[in-house]
Amino acid sequence: MTNPAPQTCDVLIIGAGGAGLRAAIAVAEANPDLSIGLISKVYPMRSHTVSAEGGAAAVIKENDSLDHHAYDTISGGDWMCDQDAVELFVQEAPQEMIRMEHWGCPWSREENGKVAVRPFGGMKNKRTWFAADKTGFHMLHTLFQTSLKHDKVLRFDEWFATSLLVDDGRCVGTVAIEMATGKIQAVIAKAVIICTGGAGRVFPFTTNANIKTGDGMALAYRAGVPLKDMEFVQYHPTGLPFTGILITEATRAEGGYLLNKDGYRYLQDYDLGKPEPKPVLRSMELGPRDRLSQAFIKEQEKGRTLQGPYGHYVHLDIRHLGEKIINTKLPFVRELCLKYENLDPIKEMIPVRPVVHYMMGGIHTDIHGATPLKGLYAAGECACVSVNGANRLGSNSLTELLVFGARAGKAAATFAASQNGGFQNGGFQGSAGNTIKALYADEVRRLEQQFLKKEGGTEKIATIRKEMHNAMEGGAGIYRTEDSLLQSQKEIQALKERFTRVQISDHSSTFNTELIAALELSCLLDVAEAVIQAALHRKESRGSHQRTDFPKRDDENYLVHSLAYRKDNDFPEIQYQPVTITRWAPGERVYGR
Amino acid sequence: MADTITLEVFRYRPDEASEPVFQSYEVPLHKDWVILDALNYIKDQLDGTLSYRWSCRMGVCGSCGMMVNGKPVLTCAAFVEKYAPGPVRIEPLENFPVVRDLIIDMSDFLHKLKQVKPWIIREEEEAPDKEYLQTPSQLADYKPYSMCINCMLCYAACPVYGLEPDFVGPAALALAQRYNMDNRDQGNRQRMEALSHDHGMWQCTFVGDCSAVCPKNVDPAGAIQRYKVETATHWWKNLLLPWGKDK
Ligand SMILES: Cc1cc2nc3c(=O)[nH]c(=O)nc-3n(C[C@H](O)[C@H](O)[C@H](O)COP(=O)(O)OP(=O)(O)OC[C@H]3O[C@@H](n4cnc5c(N)ncnc54)[C@H](O)[C@@H]3O)c2cc1C
Ligand code: SF4
Ligand code: FES
Repeated sequence: MTNPAPQTCDVLIIGAGGAGLRAAIAVAEANPDLSIGLISKVYPMRSHTVSAEGGAAAVIKENDSLDHHAYDTISGGDWMCDQDAVELFVQEAPQEMIRMEHWGCPWSREENGKVAVRPFGGMKNKRTWFAADKTGFHMLHTLFQTSLKHDKVLRFDEWFATSLLVDDGRCVGTVAIEMATGKIQAVIAKAVIICTGGAGRVFPFTTNANIKTGDGMALAYRAGVPLKDMEFVQYHPTGLPFTGILITEATRAEGGYLLNKDGYRYLQDYDLGKPEPKPVLRSMELGPRDRLSQAFIKEQEKGRTLQGPYGHYVHLDIRHLGEKIINTKLPFVRELCLKYENLDPIKEMIPVRPVVHYMMGGIHTDIHGATPLKGLYAAGECACVSVNGANRLGSNSLTELLVFGARAGKAAATFAASQNGGFQNGGFQGSAGNTIKALYADEVRRLEQQFLKKEGGTEKIATIRKEMHNAMEGGAGIYRTEDSLLQSQKEIQALKERFTRVQISDHSSTFNTELIAALELSCLLDVAEAVIQAALHRKESRGSHQRTDFPKRDDENYLVHSLAYRKDNDFPEIQYQPVTITRWAPGERVYGR
Repeated sequence: MADTITLEVFRYRPDEASEPVFQSYEVPLHKDWVILDALNYIKDQLDGTLSYRWSCRMGVCGSCGMMVNGKPVLTCAAFVEKYAPGPVRIEPLENFPVVRDLIIDMSDFLHKLKQVKPWIIREEEEAPDKEYLQTPSQLADYKPYSMCINCMLCYAACPVYGLEPDFVGPAALALAQRYNMDNRDQGNRQRMEALSHDHGMWQCTFVGDCSAVCPKNVDPAGAIQRYKVETATHWWKNLLLPWGKDK
C-alpha cells in the first residue's frame, strides 16, 4: 500500500457508541474551533449501546438523594469504587440525563408529563430513567442524530483502528484501515479519546454483540497503558440459553420471579431477603447481579435447575404481570421471546441462565478520563474510572457513558487547544513528523506481514476463538481457583503462540471481514491474558470475582485496584493502587434485610 | 426433515472479478438457527472470504438486512427452518450499490438523514436543570416513528427509490416526522423547506411496500402520506394567505 496523506484533526475519538458520541458533542460545544474526527468500525447507530434495554440511573425524584445513589453504587461495587469518582458521577448524572431529554430522547413519562423512573437491581430508590425497554437504542439514536448538527464532526464510518501512534511519550493519533477500500491510513490528532466499548466476546456465552472485542483496551495496553481491575467480569443472571440474548433486569423490577425447577423462588436461600408478591427494592430478584448469578451456580450444584439442550437454566416468570404491563413496559422482551425463543411470556415462563455481560475493568483513567499516556483519554465501557468497582449496578453504565464521555471530551478539548507544536498542518512535517511517518510505516509493515500478505497460515480463526472461549469459561468464569486460572493461563498462552500462524484466506482489499476478525481475535487474546493474570493475583473474593480457594473479602490486602501492564514475551505485570475512600467506610453488603 | 439445507449466496469481489456469481453452500439445518447463524457457519467453517455485516443478533442494530428469496429481511430474525427444504437465495439489499458480496453501500442514506435535520430544533433551549414536559399521549404521537433502526429494508422494497435515487426515502421521511410531531420541537418549517425539492415523494403511490417489510412497525408509508397532506395544506395556505403564519 502506498503512503496516502494522513488525515488530521484536533481531537480524535475512536468509537462512536454512547460514550464516543457524547464526547464528540462535548468537544464541539466546549470549543467550536476544534476539528473532531470520529472513527468507528461500524456505522455509529450500529454500536453496541443500541442493545441496552433497561434504563439509565440518575437522581431526579424528591424522595431520592445523591448520597443514596452513591451508597447503592459503592456497596453494589463491594467497596471497590473510587468514591470521589462516584460522588461526581451521581452529581453530574441528572443534568446529563436532562440534556438527553432536551436532545429529544423519548423517555417514558408519568401522566403529568414528567420523566418516569423504574426500580432496578441493587438500587434503594426508583431512579432508573427508561425509554420502554429500548433505552440504549433511543439514547444512541438521539445522540447520533444530535451529533449530525455539528459540522465540525468528521466521521470515519467503518474504519478499523489497528494501533495508536505514540511519539515521545505522547499519543498523537492512530493507524486505521478504511474497510471499504482496504486503505491503511494514519489519522493524526492532538488528543485521542478511546471509546471502543467492552470485551464480552472473550467468553462464549455473552449478551455482547459481535463487535465487542476489546479493541481499544488492547490498543492502549499495547501502547503501555495499564488495564485496571480486569478480573471483574459481570455475569447477568438472565440471558436466553443458546443466543445469550439479554432479558432485561426491568422484567424483575416490574415484578418478575426467578424460579428453580420446583417452582420455588430460590433466592430466599441466599441471604437476599424474603419472597414478597410485589418487588421490594434491594431484595430478592432485585438484588445485585453478582449475587444472583452466584446463587444460580449454587442451585445448579444442588441439582435444582432445569436442563435443556444448551445447559442448565431456571425460569423467569412474568405471567402474573399481565398482558397490559408486559406490552407497555416490556414490549421488547416479549418481541425477543416470540422471535428468538418461540414462546410468549404472557403465557409461558422464560428459560434463563447467567451470561457474560459487562467488563467492570478497562483502560486506567482518572476522573477526567485521562490515561497515564499524555494526550490519550478513554471513556465508556472500555475505560475504568472506577465507578463500577467489583460489580456494576444495572443502569449505571448508560449514565456513565454520558458523564464520563462528556468529561473526557472537555478534558481532551482543553488539552488539544493548548497544543500548538509540530504536526498540525497536514501531518508529516518536521522531526516529530518523521517519527510519525516511521511509526506509520512500521504498522503498515506489521499488518502486511502478519495478515494481509501472509501465505501458508495453518490455524483457523474460528478454532482459536473457540478454544479461547473454552479456556475462559473453564477457568475464569463465575467461580475461580488458582488451579483453574493457571490452566486458563496456559491455554491462552498456547493460543497466542498459535495465533502467529493464523490462516487468512482472503487477500482482497475491499471490505475484508476475515482480516478484521483476525485483528479482533488478537485483541481478545490480549484482554483474556490481562483478565486471567489479574484474577490469579487477587487472592480474595469480592463482588463478581469469586475465588473458591479464598472465599472471603480481604480489605487488609486487597482494597486496591489492580493494574495490568503488558510485557513482551511474558505474562503481564500486576501492580496495585489504593481505592479512594471519601465518606463510606467499607462495610458489609446487606440485601433483603 | 433433511438435516442440511443449501444456501445460494451472491458473491461479488471487485478485486478478483467484475461480475457477480452465485455460490452454493450446504449448511446444517438447525431448528434454532437463523439465516445469520448459517452465514456465520459458512464463514467460520467453509469459506472465510464471504463478507457481510452483522453485530447484535437481536434485531436492533440494523446491520444484517439482506434479500432472502427475493424479500428484504433481517437475517438475524429469519429462521432457516422456514425456508426448508431450500435452496435459499441470499442477496444484498436491492436498490443499493454493492461494495462486496452481501455488503451494500448505504452512504446515500447517511446524507439524506442529515438533510432532514433529525434533531430537536428550538428557538431557545430550556435551562439545563429542567425537563420539558411531555405526556404519555404526546409521546405516543411520534413514538412509532422513533423506532426506526435504519436497517434499509424499506429502501430495498421501495419502487420509487429504485427509479429516483434522489428520493429522500421512507426511513428518512419517517424520522423527519418523528421530530415534527414531537411537542418539544419547533423545526417543522425548516424540515419542510429542506424537503420542498424532493420530487420522489410525489411519485410515491402508497403501495406501502416499505411499511410491509419494516421489522419495527414504523409505518413509513403513513409518515409520507402525512407529509404530503401537510405540504399540500402549507402550499394552499401560502397561496391563499401569503401573510398566513404556520408553525
Ligand atoms: C444487551 C445489553 C443490555 C444492556 N443494558 C443496559 C442498561 O439497561 N443500562 C445500562 O446502564 N447499561 C446497559 N448495558 C451496558 C451498556 O449498554 C454498555 O456498557 C454501553 O452501551 C457501552 O457503550 P460504549 O459507548 O462504551 O461502547 P459501544 O456502544 O460498544 O461502542 C463502541 C464503539 O467503538 C467502536 N470500535 C470498537 N473497536 C473499534 C476499532 N478497532 N476501530 C474503530 N472503532 C471501534 C465501535 O464501532 C462502536 O462505535 C447493556 C449491555 C448489553 C450488552
Ligand atoms: S423504517 Fe423500518 S424498514 Fe425502514 S429503515 Fe426504519 S426500521 Fe428499517
Ligand atoms: S445483527 Fe443486529 S439487527 Fe441483525
